Amino acid sequence: MVLGTYKEVVTARSTDKEIQKIAQDGGIVSALFCYALEEKLIDGAVVAGPGKDFWKPEPMVAQTADEILAAAGTKYTFSPNVLMLKKAVRQYGLEKVGTVAIPCQAMGIRKMQSYPFGVRFLADKIALLTGIFCMENFPFASLQTFISEKMGVSPELVEKMDIGKGKFWVHTADDVLSIPLKETHGYEQSGCKVCLDYVAELADVSTGSVGSPDGWSTVFTRTDAGETVFKAAVEAGVIETKPVDTGKFGLEILTKLATQKKEKAMKEIDRRKEMGLPVPFKASSEKEDPLANV
Amino acid sequence: MLARIKQFLGIGAKPKEVPKEEVEKVAEEKAKPRIGYVHLSGCTGDIMSLSENYDILAELLTNMVDIVYGQTLADVWEMPEMDLVLVEGSVCLQDEHSVKELKEAREKAGLVVAFGSCAATGCFTRYSRGGQQARPDHESFVPIADLVKVDCAIPGCPPSPEIIAKTVVAVINGDMDYLQPMIDLAGYTEACGCDLQYKVVNQALCIGCGTCAMACQTRALTMTDGRPELTSARCVKCGICYVQCPRSWWPADRIKQDLGL
Repeated sequence: MVLGTYKEVVTARSTDKEIQKIAQDGGIVSALFCYALEEKLIDGAVVAGPGKDFWKPEPMVAQTADEILAAAGTKYTFSPNVLMLKKAVRQYGLEKVGTVAIPCQAMGIRKMQSYPFGVRFLADKIALLTGIFCMENFPFASLQTFISEKMGVSPELVEKMDIGKGKFWVHTADDVLSIPLKETHGYEQSGCKVCLDYVAELADVSTGSVGSPDGWSTVFTRTDAGETVFKAAVEAGVIETKPVDTGKFGLEILTKLATQKKEKAMKEIDRRKEMGLPVPFKASSEKEDPLANV
Repeated sequence: MLARIKQFLGIGAKPKEVPKEEVEKVAEEKAKPRIGYVHLSGCTGDIMSLSENYDILAELLTNMVDIVYGQTLADVWEMPEMDLVLVEGSVCLQDEHSVKELKEAREKAGLVVAFGSCAATGCFTRYSRGGQQARPDHESFVPIADLVKVDCAIPGCPPSPEIIAKTVVAVINGDMDYLQPMIDLAGYTEACGCDLQYKVVNQALCIGCGTCAMACQTRALTMTDGRPELTSARCVKCGICYVQCPRSWWPADRIKQDLGL
């Protein structure tokens, strides 16, 4: 299953007008964390907060709704959120930690939970892992090249970035610019090329833009914990849902993109293995489902 | 249980061959594993970490295992036969007694576990270089796998209480799938924070997740532009950063099982 194991998939968005205004898509991560904080299901969340440079995120521990909202919106470069989990527990003294993670970060967190070799008293304090879909990530210098060089925009003028419909988009106060995704090739992070997970298959709840209309998100509930908190948030009225489009612009496109990512990665894994390079995943010939994240 | 573990690990017969029926009989009776503890050049932090399993410790020690040998744990002078021995600390080549005790543990135990990073990788005893009173000659410390065959390793400085509990439970249940990474790690003896550069970044595998920096127990690692940056003066060569990296080895099936996916 290229979309991972899940209980339910819906199209959803935050009902909060303020979140809708600043969110990348449906504001699901922001809404879930704000709700979970309010209900004391978590006592803080590790998010990709604003950093010193424009569009270069810094992992931070958010303990208020304002801090969570300050981290809204996608930044297409690294935010090593996983490293903040230990700080969240040790320095901030949190008992129930929420965290937002792209698929590979979810892999780091889940591996730590199953095999906590040197990581004491942390594994059981991850209360809510919201995962976001991820096709690939870029080093910060790549991002600078896209914005400053290729589009000729000053990073501080950028209000939103987005990848969709085959283009990399940048929104400023009075302009929308784009470059074709073809022009971003060669600027991706190499490590992404062997990644077999598009839709954060190991998160409690995973969400992303593909498969839903603008301003809405596609949401998978996966674990029992994820299902419980998402249902509660919907019941409380902070998130509204509608059935996911199962057709061409819904699950079909999501399945297509997930398959494409996995097939490409599998080819690269096989190629690297043939060269004798280490890859922590099985070769396609070694597994039943060649697209499984193993 | 023990028979299964031995078979899996391909451990040959011990000096005294135990008849097959007898092994099976023991397995049927679900005898508690006889666990020993050998303290070489370690700091006792690893066994302290075991004791931090407060909730399950009484159950573990009274009903699940028999601690048959070990300083600080049992008043026993002669090393008995053991199903499993936890060896804490690296071994000093100039200390005849340590070498002898380790060799004896290998002979008398079915499974030898490098318990903690000193035993597994040498950890910070890798920096030892002698010249101190009262034994200026005590200068060479090596991971135990340099001297005896090690069946599995639980690195960590110290290993977390949880991984110790999970390992003991896996041993009791004969859960070889769970133990497999630890069996593989028995060969990982030359550890350093720079492994992240050699084995992950140099191999085009790093994804900048930050797991290594989280796992580092001495804050020797930070993340700079999405890549681990090592302050080598702080690194104790415990190996945890690389062990915990999602791009070093990937236990997908176990994770899905643990999550109910």
